[in-house]
Amino acid sequence: MIKKYAQKIYIALIIIFMYAPIVTLIVLSFNASRTRAKWGGFTLKWYGELFSNADIMQALYNTLLIALLSAVAATLIGTVATLSFNSMKRQSRAIFMSITNIPMLNAEIVTGISLMLLFLTLRAKFGFGTILLSHITFNIPYVILSVMPRVKQLNPSVYEAALDLGASKSQAFFKVVFPDLLPGILSGFLMAFTMSLDDFVITHFTKGPGVDTLSTKIYTEVKKGIKPEMYALSTLIFISVLVLLILVNHTPKSKNKAGATLSIERN
Amino acid sequence: MSKAVSKKTEPPKTAYFNEKLMTAPYLFWSIAFIIIPLCMIFYYGLTDRTGAFTLENVTAIATAEHAKALWLSIGLSIVSTVICLLLAYPLAMILAQKNVSQQSFIVLIFILPMWMNFLLRTLAWQTLLEKTGVINSILNFLHLPALNIINTPGAIILGMVYNFLPFMILPLYNSLTKIDPNVVNAAYDLGANAVQTFLRVIFPLSIPGVISGITMVFVPALTTFVISNLLGGSKILLIGNVIEQEFTQASNWHLGSGLSIVLMIFIIINMVLTAIFDKNGEGTAL
Repeated sequence: MIKKYAQKIYIALIIIFMYAPIVTLIVLSFNASRTRAKWGGFTLKWYGELFSNADIMQALYNTLLIALLSAVAATLIGTVATLSFNSMKRQSRAIFMSITNIPMLNAEIVTGISLMLLFLTLRAKFGFGTILLSHITFNIPYVILSVMPRVKQLNPSVYEAALDLGASKSQAFFKVVFPDLLPGILSGFLMAFTMSLDDFVITHFTKGPGVDTLSTKIYTEVKKGIKPEMYALSTLIFISVLVLLILVNHTPKSKNKAGATLSIERN
Repeated sequence: MSKAVSKKTEPPKTAYFNEKLMTAPYLFWSIAFIIIPLCMIFYYGLTDRTGAFTLENVTAIATAEHAKALWLSIGLSIVSTVICLLLAYPLAMILAQKNVSQQSFIVLIFILPMWMNFLLRTLAWQTLLEKTGVINSILNFLHLPALNIINTPGAIILGMVYNFLPFMILPLYNSLTKIDPNVVNAAYDLGANAVQTFLRVIFPLSIPGVISGITMVFVPALTTFVISNLLGGSKILLIGNVIEQEFTQASNWHLGSGLSIVLMIFIIINMVLTAIFDKNGEGTAL
């Protein structure tokens, strides 16, 4: 009995540790005082001013667009790559998997400066494009790692059966094989989107002057103090994702595919 | 895409052609954006501004200022990794026993917090840790001594543990759930007590997860410049801060690259460790 309570308390403590800063930020978004050091009473004015702050809105737009485009591109490249790994010989597959692991095991700062040096050498214009290319690069491994288990579980006989029953190759693929892969693909996409959204280090090294994502904007604001509108925006984003997750998890089990895809699948 | 799957049933000749076609985009991408950029670091790190070969940028790690930053980084990241392991192991064991669905807990521990910006989450610890901050108010209320760790290495360690703990929990949980409960039961049947069972059965079987967790925490902790910047004040320089400044402020890419090569030695050790302990080729903790 005591053991059971101790376990529950331990889980609760870790959750409190993980979520204390998030709760703090949500509280700060309602703080009437401009500095985070003092509580100046409850207000909703930052939520109102947020939408008239053109800088923050532009950064939000950049962040979401980069996250969306990089996640789509990474999902396409990563899924096609994973399908091709499956039929490779052991050795070449091992080489490809090691390459895939590089961006995941490498330090973010090293990945960031390596891409910065590449773009410098190519005399590329630093800005939206360079950030996008970098995000696609670090997103591909997440897609590959979530699609891989699904590809391994594929049963070739099912595909063959579809062909025997008169389906064309593309019909057999899209109607029979693809639905089996879909949860892995969706989970890879969502993981990639989240990773891109939360990235700071790689964006920091590959961005150009005048182009900001929310992360880089926050970083430049650190010294002079974060604008409270930023807390309001983060709270809105966080709460909407939370609500979405709760909604998804409360739908009946049989329809719960979307919820299941929110995590990386690995067997 | 349809063709790739058909390869299994078709003669090898067609399959070969298709495989090439399907591998091409990723092959191109990884060469252009993973392999070549890494080579660029070696190129810049091993040359000076005139383009002549030199080892100066790499040996610059031995100068007092850089060596101090490196040792501090190694020290802080080892402490953080150990704390992460100690905090995460019991949690992973509890979760593995309870059969908590892997998905819901990954979302809770890993994905959901990421939707609140990582810089803001780390900055929030300032508010929590300040002299008159939330934690000290609570400690004060309980008549406990105040905690003054903001702008000290202690705050950096806390920031590292906070940011990288999920990377330790996940691989530990994965390896613990793979242990066959019958093996544990057999140990009890054969007369082992709980401690013996843990030390001689459970822990050895979870070693791949431990190694994976250590590598997943140690590398980002060793190389961070953001956490030290946000929580350590401006006085504490880690090796990550030194490299970042060479690139963004001093614009000395050669020195910055040379110091990164030193960091990459640690990263390569990590990759080798992962390769040895991850024989199934399942990739990293994720």
